[in-house]
Amino acid sequence: MKVVVVDYGSGNLRSCAKAFERAATEQNIQADIIVSGDPKDVSSADRIVLPGVGAFADCRAGLDGVPGLVDAMVNAVIKNAKPFFGICVGMQLMADVGREFGDSQGLGWIAGEVVAIKPTNKELKIPHMGWNNLKIKNTHPLLAGIAADGHAYFVHSFQFVASDEKNVVAEVEYGGPISAIIAKDNMVGTQFHPEKSQGLGLKIIANFLSWKP
Amino acid sequence: MLKSRIIPCLDVEGGRVVKGVNFVDLVDAGDPVEQARVYDAAGADELTFLDITASHENRDTIFEVVNKTAEQCFMPLTVGGGVRTTDDIRKLLLAGADKASINTAAVTNPEFVKEAAEKFGSQCIVVAIDAKTVAPGKFEIFTHGGREATGIDAVAWARRMAEYGAGEILLTSMDRDGTGKGFNIELTRAISDAVPVPVIASGGVGTLDHLVEGVLGGHASAVLAASIFHFGTFTITEAKKYMNDHGVPMRLDGI
Repeated sequence: MKVVVVDYGSGNLRSCAKAFERAATEQNIQADIIVSGDPKDVSSADRIVLPGVGAFADCRAGLDGVPGLVDAMVNAVIKNAKPFFGICVGMQLMADVGREFGDSQGLGWIAGEVVAIKPTNKELKIPHMGWNNLKIKNTHPLLAGIAADGHAYFVHSFQFVASDEKNVVAEVEYGGPISAIIAKDNMVGTQFHPEKSQGLGLKIIANFLSWKP
Repeated sequence: MLKSRIIPCLDVEGGRVVKGVNFVDLVDAGDPVEQARVYDAAGADELTFLDITASHENRDTIFEVVNKTAEQCFMPLTVGGGVRTTDDIRKLLLAGADKASINTAAVTNPEFVKEAAEKFGSQCIVVAIDAKTVAPGKFEIFTHGGREATGIDAVAWARRMAEYGAGEILLTSMDRDGTGKGFNIELTRAISDAVPVPVIASGGVGTLDHLVEGVLGGHASAVLAASIFHFGTFTITEAKKYMNDHGVPMRLDGI
């Protein structure tokens, strides 16, 4: 199985790839984890991982900056229904629009928008940074073996507000509910960083690698 | 809800772990990668490496340490010490660090923080502030391991760094560091209450009550300690349970 971690100049891809390698090894899953920004690799991938840190607009510009990359992703994920995993801003990019430093277009794969976190409690710090416990809203194969109320590592100032709540698999509480896991068809995304969430994160990655949507 | 974090810190020199008392009398005590693995298994919420390597030729050793650690530890990793250019940050992130901590370079060139935050995102830029109480309710920034006064007001400085894009402030109570007498709580609270970003309290932890005070009295989002864990006075697990039992909600998964 060929798993491509999409390299478009955003974030720490090495630790992401290492976490996927570890999760595969622990669960005896045969997987070649490849970090690549080559559209050909995306086209031939069995599974696609889109990481992303920083600003929504920068990440979108980064994706668009690689000729043919978005087309290859759309072809693989939408047309050929390959399992897709977006992480942090990689998840947010599935939305219709990101409203960070002006509006920028998302991939439009899961209906919703990405907006600033505005906690009702003014004492809460932004970014939402650290370990927060997941509240499961809808069952999903990604959550197999994950303890209720398990903690994941978050660091973000913007949140994915999904138009259809059935696409929200899990939330966290931070001055109001925030989407933690979003899913639709063959696509999943986590606002938190599974590659930084120790045992829980590795389990979610392993679940993705064995997921048959 | 979001939990408070406990962050063990490893001081690294030439690829080896050391921990100083008031930044002198260093004791060599182990392999950083092994130490990191122990802390990871014990449920540390994050890990920080502080590279105190002075000589230029040994500076690259930290990249190897970060590289090996990132292969084995799947938790957030911050690296500080000698971060002066965006190229330093890029190399650390590529090696596997999640955040880079800027200290002296922020004081000598505040615009560097802005540049770094714009280039890499605020989420990976920590500004380390070393401060002392200089008069009642008055706190000042010090550099060079606490030896050189700068005349800069710590609260105003922290606000400015947050405005420049620091995603987090690592605040060390320089009048307490290495003493085991606890954080400078007044200082910690003054900074935590002044900035919109999370503050990590550091410097002076000797007991588990000090960790609790850092959050409840100092309003810190996270507490950092080195000696109490490194020399086995307390384990991470003990510290997390103690804090959780004393009014500071902590992540207790898997411990």
